[in-house]
Amino acid sequence: MGSLIGRNLLAGSEPGVAADAGYADAPERVGFFTDTSVCIGCKACEVACKEWNAVPEDGLEFTGMSYDNTQGLGSDTWRHVAFIEQDRPVGTDAAGGGLRWLMSSDVCKHCTHAACLDVCPTGSLFRTEFGTVVVQQDICNGCGYCVPACPYGVIDQRKEDGRVWKCTLCYDRLGAGQEPACAKACPTDSIQFGPLEELRERAAARVDQLHDLGVDEARLYGADPEDGVGGDGAFFLLLDEPEVYGLPPDPVVTTRDLPSMWRHAGAAALTLLGGAVAVFAAHGRRGGRR
Amino acid sequence: MSPPEREERARGRRRRRGEQAMVPEAEFSSYYGRPVLKPPRWKAPDIAGYFFLGGLAGAGSVLAAGSQLTGRPAAARALKISSLAAIGGSTAALIHDLGRPARFHHMLRVLKPTSPMSLGSWLLMAYGPAAGGAAVLDVARLFPRLGAAATAGAAVLGPAVASYTAVLAADTAVPAWHGAYRELPFVFAGSAAAAASGMALLTAPPAETGPARTAAVAGAVLEGAASRLMRRRLGMVAEVYEGGRAGGLTRAAEILAVAGAAGAALLAGRNRAAAALSGAALLAASACTRFGVFYAGVRSAEDPKYTVVPQRERLDARAGAAS
Repeated sequence: MGSLIGRNLLAGSEPGVAADAGYADAPERVGFFTDTSVCIGCKACEVACKEWNAVPEDGLEFTGMSYDNTQGLGSDTWRHVAFIEQDRPVGTDAAGGGLRWLMSSDVCKHCTHAACLDVCPTGSLFRTEFGTVVVQQDICNGCGYCVPACPYGVIDQRKEDGRVWKCTLCYDRLGAGQEPACAKACPTDSIQFGPLEELRERAAARVDQLHDLGVDEARLYGADPEDGVGGDGAFFLLLDEPEVYGLPPDPVVTTRDLPSMWRHAGAAALTLLGGAVAVFAAHGRRGGRR
Repeated sequence: MSPPEREERARGRRRRRGEQAMVPEAEFSSYYGRPVLKPPRWKAPDIAGYFFLGGLAGAGSVLAAGSQLTGRPAAARALKISSLAAIGGSTAALIHDLGRPARFHHMLRVLKPTSPMSLGSWLLMAYGPAAGGAAVLDVARLFPRLGAAATAGAAVLGPAVASYTAVLAADTAVPAWHGAYRELPFVFAGSAAAAASGMALLTAPPAETGPARTAAVAGAVLEGAASRLMRRRLGMVAEVYEGGRAGGLTRAAEILAVAGAAGAALLAGRNRAAAALSGAALLAASACTRFGVFYAGVRSAEDPKYTVVPQRERLDARAGAAS
């Protein structure tokens, strides 16, 4: 724990995230690699997640957004499959028109620097020994601070319940040596679960393979430990810009700037105090000289 | 990707009624126009109300101590009472806003430096009793030394109570709040000074409000200047402070602050009614500022444009610098 002194724990690369959180013999950090190039939009992940975690119904609404009536992640949606229809040819050598249909299963990113966890005032959100980020439901008092803090718009409050909910990366299953329900159910291995280091290597190889096949748009999202959140525990291979999938193109953990925020607030507080002292000094004692 | 392709793609564009485009619409992609972020689920009367009341209480404690030290006991007492009422109201609003109000005490399970809400809770735990003691002992005319200590304690903690709420808002992914983290504390401190001065003008005899009149002008000037700097820094995100509900509130705040400060400087020393009117205008200006900031933040989170465009520009600038 002494090694925490003098290091920036608010941003940048942090290899031992569980050890830094105080776990003496932490297991390897685990996560998801979601390879959207092999997603077939079956939504088995959405169903498996709902069933395993007993997540309540999240609204039945026709959206007209391709095959997506789920719409996005939220308190009652911990896996969400996006469907994007593009008026462009499929494959590498097709000429003329066509339809490219992108599908991608989104999930909590389990950030290395998790804003939700940083800002939680009760300690309800915590870092597990697996390096994931989980809400303790018996602690959460529904202050809602994590909701606007998340740069990905993942965590949300259940109205009728008052508390916040999100993906736990199946903390209960991990403890029993099982993989998370969504990864288990995925029929194409679009969702891959495993040690993060291994997943990053596998993902880099997959991008190279796709580039060799002429799929130049293939790129990794959230895999870089030097990015704005120190890298995601759940990262993606995408076939277009992140914002096309509803993901922020350059997310940054808000607490990276917290020291500077406090400095500015301190300066403002001193301005208020100093200004008041100056005003009263100028006016002097009542009845005295003015 | 070629520019026409980018145009063909789903465009995240939702024009709200009665809204005027101030700059040409930015070109960007989104997922069916859906927000990237989740907007705060906080209720405006609770949280914007807390920003206002916390500022009124905190700056009020500073002015109360100054008034007491300089022989203005009626102004001091009025401000101590208003600070106690304001911090009491703040606490009630904060608890009311919780999804699980019965668990409000979980705020004090830990002391967490990375959470402005945690530090704020502990700050209120220290400030609340000080402000309460200052008011109660003054009204009851008991234990003057203890009362003076409480008054001093509240005056030292008051500026922190008034300005930390800016960090509370800025330490989120909300573009209109996070992007404003340098100026927002000064907006809040100025707004708090103006509100507390307004309260003094409203409740204290004109013979004792000389410093409050000066502080009203200084607070309004600080708030106005910081607010302008903030909007300049925010670039295209500043739209949310200029249009819609937030825009109306921001303009109302400016007009009320100018009117209140002018009234305080020119008329409030001579005429009790003018003083009360100026004070009310300053209080209303401060409330409008806080609600304006609140709604601006919500709108900037609800429209994917304010998340995607600045981040895309940042990425493109970095790519440009690298190549």
